[in-house]
Amino acid sequence: MLTLTCPCCGVTAEETEFAPGGEAHLKRFGPGSSDDDFEGYLFARKNPKGVHFERWRHAYGCGKWFLAARDTNTLEVFATYKAQTSEPPADVIAKIKAKRPDWEGYK
Amino acid sequence: MKRYSIFAVAREALRYHSGWERAWRSPEPKKRYKVIVVGAGGHGLATAYYLGKVHGITDVAVIEKGWLGGGNTGRNTTIIRSNYLQDPSAAIYEKARALYEDLSQDLNYNVMFSPRGLLMLGQTEHEVRGYKRTVHANRLQGIDTEWIGPQQVKDLVPIINIEGPRYPVLGALLQKRGGTARHDAVAWGYARACSAMGMDIIQKCEVTGVRTEGGKVQGISTSKGEIDCEQLAIVVAGHSSVMAEMAGFRLPIESVALQAWVSEPIKPCMDVVVMANTVHGYMSQSDKGEMVIGGGTDGFNNYTQRGSWHHVEETTRALVETFPIISRLKMLRQWGGIVDMTGDRSPILSKTPVEGIFVNCGWGTGGFKAIPGSGFAMAELIARGHSPLTDEFGLDRFKEGRFIDESVAAGVAH
Amino acid sequence: MSTRLSKGGRLIDRAKPLAFTFNGKPMRGFAGDTLASALLGGGQVMVGRSFKYHRPRGIVASGAEEPNALVGLGRNARFEPDQRTTTTELFEGAETTSQNHWPSLEFDIGEINNTFYKFLPAGFYYKTFMAPRAAWKHLFEPVIRKSAGLGGVPKEADPDRYEQVYAHCDVLVVGGGVAGLAAALKEGRAGKRVWLIEQTPNWGGRTPVDGGQIDGHDAQDWIDSALAELSSMENVTMRTRLMAAGLHDHGYVIGYENLADTTPGDGRPRHRLWRIRAGHTITATGAIERPLAFAGNDVPGVMLASAVRDYIVNWAVSPGDRTVIVTNNDDAYRTALAILDAGLTVSAVIDAREETHGALPQAVKARGVRVLEGRGIAKVQGRKHVTGVEICAQAGEGGAVETIACDCVAMSGGWSPVVHLWSHCGGKLTWDDDRAMFRPDAARPPTGADGSAMATVVGAANGDLTLPETMGGLGIGAVSEDEAPLAQVWMMPAGAPDALRFKSFLDYQNDVKVSDVQLAAREGYESVEHTKRYTTLGMATDQGKLSNINGLAVLSNALGQPIPATGTTTFRPPYTPISLGAVTAEAKGELFQPLRRTPMQSWHEAKGAHWEPVGHWRRPYCYPRSGETHRNAVNREISNTRKNVGLLDASTLGKIVVKGPDAGKFLDMLYTNMMSTLPVGKCRYGLMCNENGFLMDDGVVARLSEDTWLCHTTSGGADRIHGWMEDWLQCEWWDWKVYVANLTEQFAQIAVVGPKARDLLERLGGMDVSKETLPFMQWTEGKLGTFDARIFRISFSGELSYEIAVPASQGLALWETLMAEGEALGVMPYGTEALHVMRAEKGFIMIGDETDGTVIPQDLGLNWAISKKKTDYLGKRAQERSHMTDPNRWKLVGLETLDGSVIPDGSHAPAEGFNANGQRKTQGRVTSTYYSPTIGKGIAMGLVLNGPDRMGEEIEFTGESDAMIKVRIVDPVFYDKDGEKQNV
Repeated sequence: MLTLTCPCCGVTAEETEFAPGGEAHLKRFGPGSSDDDFEGYLFARKNPKGVHFERWRHAYGCGKWFLAARDTNTLEVFATYKAQTSEPPADVIAKIKAKRPDWEGYK
Repeated sequence: MKRYSIFAVAREALRYHSGWERAWRSPEPKKRYKVIVVGAGGHGLATAYYLGKVHGITDVAVIEKGWLGGGNTGRNTTIIRSNYLQDPSAAIYEKARALYEDLSQDLNYNVMFSPRGLLMLGQTEHEVRGYKRTVHANRLQGIDTEWIGPQQVKDLVPIINIEGPRYPVLGALLQKRGGTARHDAVAWGYARACSAMGMDIIQKCEVTGVRTEGGKVQGISTSKGEIDCEQLAIVVAGHSSVMAEMAGFRLPIESVALQAWVSEPIKPCMDVVVMANTVHGYMSQSDKGEMVIGGGTDGFNNYTQRGSWHHVEETTRALVETFPIISRLKMLRQWGGIVDMTGDRSPILSKTPVEGIFVNCGWGTGGFKAIPGSGFAMAELIARGHSPLTDEFGLDRFKEGRFIDESVAAGVAH
Repeated sequence: MSTRLSKGGRLIDRAKPLAFTFNGKPMRGFAGDTLASALLGGGQVMVGRSFKYHRPRGIVASGAEEPNALVGLGRNARFEPDQRTTTTELFEGAETTSQNHWPSLEFDIGEINNTFYKFLPAGFYYKTFMAPRAAWKHLFEPVIRKSAGLGGVPKEADPDRYEQVYAHCDVLVVGGGVAGLAAALKEGRAGKRVWLIEQTPNWGGRTPVDGGQIDGHDAQDWIDSALAELSSMENVTMRTRLMAAGLHDHGYVIGYENLADTTPGDGRPRHRLWRIRAGHTITATGAIERPLAFAGNDVPGVMLASAVRDYIVNWAVSPGDRTVIVTNNDDAYRTALAILDAGLTVSAVIDAREETHGALPQAVKARGVRVLEGRGIAKVQGRKHVTGVEICAQAGEGGAVETIACDCVAMSGGWSPVVHLWSHCGGKLTWDDDRAMFRPDAARPPTGADGSAMATVVGAANGDLTLPETMGGLGIGAVSEDEAPLAQVWMMPAGAPDALRFKSFLDYQNDVKVSDVQLAAREGYESVEHTKRYTTLGMATDQGKLSNINGLAVLSNALGQPIPATGTTTFRPPYTPISLGAVTAEAKGELFQPLRRTPMQSWHEAKGAHWEPVGHWRRPYCYPRSGETHRNAVNREISNTRKNVGLLDASTLGKIVVKGPDAGKFLDMLYTNMMSTLPVGKCRYGLMCNENGFLMDDGVVARLSEDTWLCHTTSGGADRIHGWMEDWLQCEWWDWKVYVANLTEQFAQIAVVGPKARDLLERLGGMDVSKETLPFMQWTEGKLGTFDARIFRISFSGELSYEIAVPASQGLALWETLMAEGEALGVMPYGTEALHVMRAEKGFIMIGDETDGTVIPQDLGLNWAISKKKTDYLGKRAQERSHMTDPNRWKLVGLETLDGSVIPDGSHAPAEGFNANGQRKTQGRVTSTYYSPTIGKGIAMGLVLNGPDRMGEEIEFTGESDAMIKVRIVDPVFYDKDGEKQNV
């Protein structure tokens, strides 16, 4: 049972207050995109055993979507941050690097 | 391989069972095999078994990071059924169910397949329509299922409450030849039979890399050294993405935790398997007397084999609502496993972008029931390059939008 | 013979005698007794039968680790199986029954298994019962199942209630022994918010029994003053009878509190499940004594040494008149002293070690007790009760050197820290070979949300077994007798032959013996998990608390490897079993799930509506009149609506307002058709697809103003679609200026449907609802009578229809007004089934019937609702994929049987031949099928291969039984094809 802190309203709450939403920083491919790109967008999810970036919604709170950097193997939450970004912020990257020196970085 | 029988047990009893031989050998890996199967769970071992039994390929190694049968094969709730809606699913699950019927005799290892009957409760009008649709589909697929009314449900399961105030039981989809089996025994029986055919089952051997050359597989690197092969089957539910990454491709899979738990054992009181998908829980009683309970998965990626507690509460509530007498039973043990979830919640049995590498993954929450069929089909795919049972389960379906979606039958796949 | 001593017993109150029964026999105990101490005190040594061999079994332990002494407790609806007597408090009137025997505890037919024990080793069932094939299902399994199981089956619904609560603290201390008290004191003095919980009713743990001095005081005095200080701290909360069942991720502890087990039926919650969020958890959970494996170590009267002294000191119960103590360590000598202090007899101490010099052995010897060194027990004599022990050289093969008569054997194989909580979330253990125990490895703790350790272990749970070690670890001085090292003895004698090993039990409840573990090792079940599963070691209701380490040691010896190379099995929650009632708590019956109610719900209830669950709503399916079947009610409601006027409570429909400068652009992406061009005041039907191209929701959109749209969704879809909108706005198009709000519950909505609908509205007055002012697919707002109404001229039935939205608070009044005013017009309410039939008569699709998550709008002939002008909408790219554009996709058509009958739900149309897997090919299926009272026959819709091109063709569908039904492919619109009725 995770605890997460919503970066929008600042509340730290139980996992049951949130709804998970899958991989973060997806780039949408629409009409005109190649079959490969479109398939990748919909299905080729990152599924690392380790550092992972994902979407959550504070569904039973402020209602906002936000993003979390989490270790899928230890469940450590490195950071949560606002969803309005196309890649993890530098300070989040730095924080993860400090804790996981072997991490290959966001790609 | 010395045959198991009641006479063999009697003979051994007279000498304190000192004469039993190893169920499977524990060899060091050879330099090269024709086929390497990574993953000594039920699916991996069954793949190896049918490669040998049906296709005469016995130059096979099954590589296992931990102990054989230690993944989801040994963690599931042992339900076996084939009442699937879509033709490709129905075909492979029914193949599996049919093989389960004779598996104990085939393997000379009692896997305790118990076709005690399986009910999927209809608790909303929508769900009823979905299951009736399944009955009609099953009829044309050659699968014996029927729709029964609430009183028949009560007759089959006296401890059920069909008059729940929120979701009264409106009837059920019954598969009489569905049931359960002893999960560990399935892995052990296949392992013993594979070993007897001369295959090497190598436990405590971690794969650290996949070697390819010119788009073709060459072998694997392991904690016990380099091993070459002509063909490589990746059958590692829960870690499929990690292995695929080693081989250089990505799978449409996410790993999530699924939990199960059992009550303390009580005398037999429920002789069928009951799945209640509207309220979301399922329960059967093991031969030992424990009520075996499962529910839904967590919604986030997880490799810890631990799920979130609130699912335990939700599912327990669903089952106490369905079977009020269990309120005074006690939860004995809860555990979790990591399951592969694909984009359409159906499995992948497929060739891959790397020549010679095959994947068998994505069984989600329902892989145990498929083990014999999955192994049979996978062996055919590896040996012949094609199997009618796997044709629709290829990786290409996601690009084409050709999904095999079982959730449409109002149910969830367990 | 066990008996109650005439004096002593620190936990019992002799002034409060309690009466109870065991198998119907009246017995007496005292307040403060456990069921186990009361049974023993009443002379009941044999209390149950084992699982497999039905061997007589007695009480072994005095706490949570008890494997044998389980009983059925209570009767009828309050019957509970598998109650552990050692942790169940005695109460007046308790009715207990022993388990797993027939016909009686004393004479059990099942004991025949014990006679044939040689034929029933570990895993024998994997090797047998295979021939003939049918015999497993029809003969073997039924017999095995009948003989399996342990406790009785509750027969009735549980009448008790349970509750759940949250607690939050900085530090949770688990365990109220001296280590826990000291840890709580330290944290409490530091000002932390501390929770201190103890699973038993008593504070102090083992120390008051085992003795010693803490901080210069007698242990009990120190405990009393610690409790006094803790009680005075406002930042410290203390609770007994509260067990930490599991330590879950991110410091989430599930606690299980016994509230009213001893006062059944008093109305209080029986159990309380605590969800404790702890900043840090300190486990002070103590240690559990291990049995020794020797032949007959399961005969009633063989007990843990610590349990023997617990029963004497705590409850003034003597487990036997003459006790033999068998040990590999010094601690067990405390039992000898306790026995002697109680005036009872220690027949001998059998010590597996060659020499004993410690203070405790010396003290025992000084009191004249025989101490036999280098000895073991070859065999226990007695069947239902210990009558003596055969002594042998520990180093030998079991040749008896002497027989000692006794009626109790107190055994000690050393102690194992209770590391469950530490391990639940991945805390690692390390093998301490000197102490022969796995103890927590502080370098590899379970980690929490921030990646740091979320638990610490103190006291015996950390392997600090002696009082000075325990208290020293917490910075407090303490004194107890010095103890010499134990010997790693797991089995007696060291060279025990088969005949002894086949009677030396490791797991008592599951009847797993030394020989079983050795057999598993021999057969290649080498992983500790394999051995566990093959033999069932550690899988009984005590979850291996007594057996796991001994089993590991035997397995390691069999494999010729050190114990840490074998490793442990995984520790799983809960620590001891917890009631499913507590896990369920209040969420049952009507409260099973939240119930969403429309403003008119009470009216429907009063009218006896038959319900249909829709999401968390419960909608009227129909309103049957007295003596009327549901089907007849539905037909009546339809006919009346088509002839006169009907009312539908449509409040559950999703109502989402989308507002802002970019709202039109946004809706154009969400819907397949164009919403930005919808004029203010008008309504338009729209389809929503997911990114996979599949149709996921539909509904009517009304443009309220230049920058505001109101989107109606399906009842089940409102929350999902609202979340979907938020997702795109927050995560993809966050620079678009749009707000969305889900107003579903802010409005009541009533569909007034039928040819007399306008008459009815006009009776309320106040608004012009004429065809000219409010034509089809427009909306208006104003005062309808006294109500603040927004009226949509939309129709899902094909009739003249108004959907009236009013503030939720006015909903019931409007409904009642419409019913009253409409009486003369023949108004009747109608339910969801009539709604479904009427829409099917009109060929309107229903999300969830015509769609199932695999259907795209193009399949349903809805191309008219897909904009050709837009370059993009959600799902558009997906619909360009090869499988989506396949001309052979099944398409929507109407279906009617040639004989007018109703096609069964879910029916399929077979095609010629079979596929490669031997399955009959198919060419279509029914999606909706009903009896139409309007048409007077069965009508249906379905998806059929090339269906729209096959109008008039007759094909076969599957019937209820094996028969096939002849069906004609027709237009899906069965009623009022030109739409004249809705447009009047």
